[in-house]
Amino acid sequence: MTETLLKIERLTKAYPGVVANDNVSFDIGVGEVHALLGENGAGKSTLVKMIYGLVKPDSGTMTLRGTPFAPAEPRAARADGIAMVFQHFSLFEALTVAENVALGMEDPPQMRDLARRITEVSEAYGLPLDPSRIVGDLSAGERQRVEIIRCLLQDPKLLIMDEPTSVLTPQEVEILFQTLRKLSSEGTAILYISHKLEEIRALCDNATILRLGKNVGTCVPRDTTAKEMAELMVGGTLQIPTRKPGEVGEIAMEISGLSVPSPSEFGTSLKDVSIQVRAGEILGVGGVAGNGQDELLGVLSGEILSAPDAVQLHGQPVGRLGPVARRRLGLLAAPEERLGHAAAPNMSLTENALLTGAVREGLERNGFLSWPKAKTFAERIIETFDVRTPGPENAARSLSGGNLQKFVIGREVLQRPEVLVVNQPTWGVDASAAAAIRQALLDLAQKGTAVICISQDLDELMEISDNFAALTEGRLSPPRAAAGLTVEQIGLMLGGAHGMEVAHIDTAEART
Amino acid sequence: MDLSAINPILLLASLMVAATPILLAATGELIAEKAGVLNLGVEGMMIFGAICGFATAVETGSPWLGFLAASVGGAVLSLLFVILTQLALANQVASGLALTLFGLGLSALLGQGYVGVKPPPTPDLHIPGLSQIPFVGEILFTHDVVLYFSIVLVALVWLFLRSTRAGLILRAVGENHDAAHALGYKVVLIRSLAIVFGGACAGLGGAYISLVRVPQWTEGMTAGVGWIALALVVFASWRPWRVLIGAYLFGGITVLQLNLQAAGVAIPVEYLAMSPYIITIVVLVLLSRDKARAPAALGRIFHASS
Repeated sequence: MTETLLKIERLTKAYPGVVANDNVSFDIGVGEVHALLGENGAGKSTLVKMIYGLVKPDSGTMTLRGTPFAPAEPRAARADGIAMVFQHFSLFEALTVAENVALGMEDPPQMRDLARRITEVSEAYGLPLDPSRIVGDLSAGERQRVEIIRCLLQDPKLLIMDEPTSVLTPQEVEILFQTLRKLSSEGTAILYISHKLEEIRALCDNATILRLGKNVGTCVPRDTTAKEMAELMVGGTLQIPTRKPGEVGEIAMEISGLSVPSPSEFGTSLKDVSIQVRAGEILGVGGVAGNGQDELLGVLSGEILSAPDAVQLHGQPVGRLGPVARRRLGLLAAPEERLGHAAAPNMSLTENALLTGAVREGLERNGFLSWPKAKTFAERIIETFDVRTPGPENAARSLSGGNLQKFVIGREVLQRPEVLVVNQPTWGVDASAAAAIRQALLDLAQKGTAVICISQDLDELMEISDNFAALTEGRLSPPRAAAGLTVEQIGLMLGGAHGMEVAHIDTAEART
Repeated sequence: MDLSAINPILLLASLMVAATPILLAATGELIAEKAGVLNLGVEGMMIFGAICGFATAVETGSPWLGFLAASVGGAVLSLLFVILTQLALANQVASGLALTLFGLGLSALLGQGYVGVKPPPTPDLHIPGLSQIPFVGEILFTHDVVLYFSIVLVALVWLFLRSTRAGLILRAVGENHDAAHALGYKVVLIRSLAIVFGGACAGLGGAYISLVRVPQWTEGMTAGVGWIALALVVFASWRPWRVLIGAYLFGGITVLQLNLQAAGVAIPVEYLAMSPYIITIVVLVLLSRDKARAPAALGRIFHASS
């Protein structure tokens, strides 16, 4: 084992009513890629926040290169060479990429020099990014690049990555891994949090597993199967989604030759998109975020209106109907962005249940709301989908990402949709919850719902889809049967890694 | 009706004087709002600055000490807003309204002995050479230092927001205080400083009314200028130079309509009196048709819970 970089001993942090970390100890070596595993709410985020100086531990010590390490604030942690890529992006939407990067640096150079360095580093690591763009107009994947580049420019000794790959395509993940391996070989340690166990097996040297705030074990991911790791995390056996063969029926949803401009200035316009989904079929739509996913969801859900005949539900034109009218007809959608799009952050779960469920669940009558019914509906979602919350009166904001995701997907699934459109249904959700969500989608299809699942997670799409189509630069490929499709074929459908280049290792070395 | 009674040189010169109080107050409020703080107490801070400046100038005989006292007074009153909204986490709208009412009342109390008193005159700065230029020189270069300072201040604020690190941090705090906190920036401190700056500017603007524009003291003499300044910031899309345009437009039309009234134009006085408000708003609405957006965290309470 190499020299120890960071030694964590008996770290404990309690919040009212919950012990987030309970006597957690582990070491990270110089240049080691260390995985931190655990379900949503296992205390991973609290632990890394303590290392990054955002949260003060109640007790326990940290030692960095042999000297006591107790960062009072992130600035101190950054000065000691610790950088962090956040799970919930800590970006400023109204500012440009360069300005966002500058804010995360202690001593940023002049804007012009900084813009040049951003371009250099982004090209060196295959993460193309225009420094002058406004972050608010970037896709989730592009936003993450901003965060990663912000860290890389600081030349960190320890890079903390909280769920870095949840929004990336396999090609992007591979390039990210090349970047991380290169960093690791240069002596940068990486603390890596992810739910994707196969990725951890491919990347990480060691893993520490947390369950309910306690360190419940360590393993060497290369020598451990994903199933074993998942079971260590859950503390029991893992249910793998299974599908029973169902009947595929009539065409439920049809889009023919639709082109619409994107409402966002930097969005991707849809070009000549055609979709046919039959009852009981799951259509997987793959592709890198920012290639028209949001627009496709908007067109399907009714947020973006189109010509009446361009979108048809059971042969009925619905192109000019808004989301509520489409919901009434059985076309439901769950968008990607949990806070702010799928759920209203400051409203309670009951209110959020009402917001999309009012029409189909009969939660309103003559404009008056039925709170008891809404509460029952919210409680049913919480119970059916194992949403961990004290009760439906809690604000959506207070739930962890994975739990809220279960809630927003469950809310649509329980409304007996005839067509359900989901975008990134398991983003940032742990293995067992992701399995539950996928199982719910499969069950829904089996009962005759047509499901369109837009996702960047190709493993997920291969697991649940009947047919697969790729969305690139606003164009949708013709669908192909998912069974038997190889990674290479999918890569071809996606047209390679869009705008991605393999890291120019030479340039990267020239930088250091 | 006799339009020839309107002297264009005097008109344009007094336009700048009329605009300066609004410009000062709006520039200060712009900084506060860019930091994510909605301070509706501008009117209160202005009138408080007006009486502080007036009283000090009368007692000491120095208008400069008056202006200094006015900024200090405005800043001190804004500290009350800091305590309420940044430390006690009170609602910003309610606190701002309270500040305005408090400032109006307090200034009336302090100003009781000063009604009818004449303040020492604020000397005009006749810039040698430039002020001799016919027409333009008389309009632009025969004013007092505070007026020039207000224009320089707009330029400084623009430069600060656009190209300094501190300005970037200020904007970041106004945009997403949670992310700024996560990066280790002191949200409450930065916002408090922005509020105090806004208070000082508003106080200075108030004193400009009582020492230069009118110059005398009457209760409630700011007469809504603080509210106009608040509206200007919004309609100017939080951009310093647009605030300047808006303030001069408003000042200009105010002066013009007074002149038109004096000249006996056959338009009812009420229409003339409302014209500055309408025209300023229409012009700025047209200007702000581009993707203008308020600072995302504007008016939201920040509490460092993680």
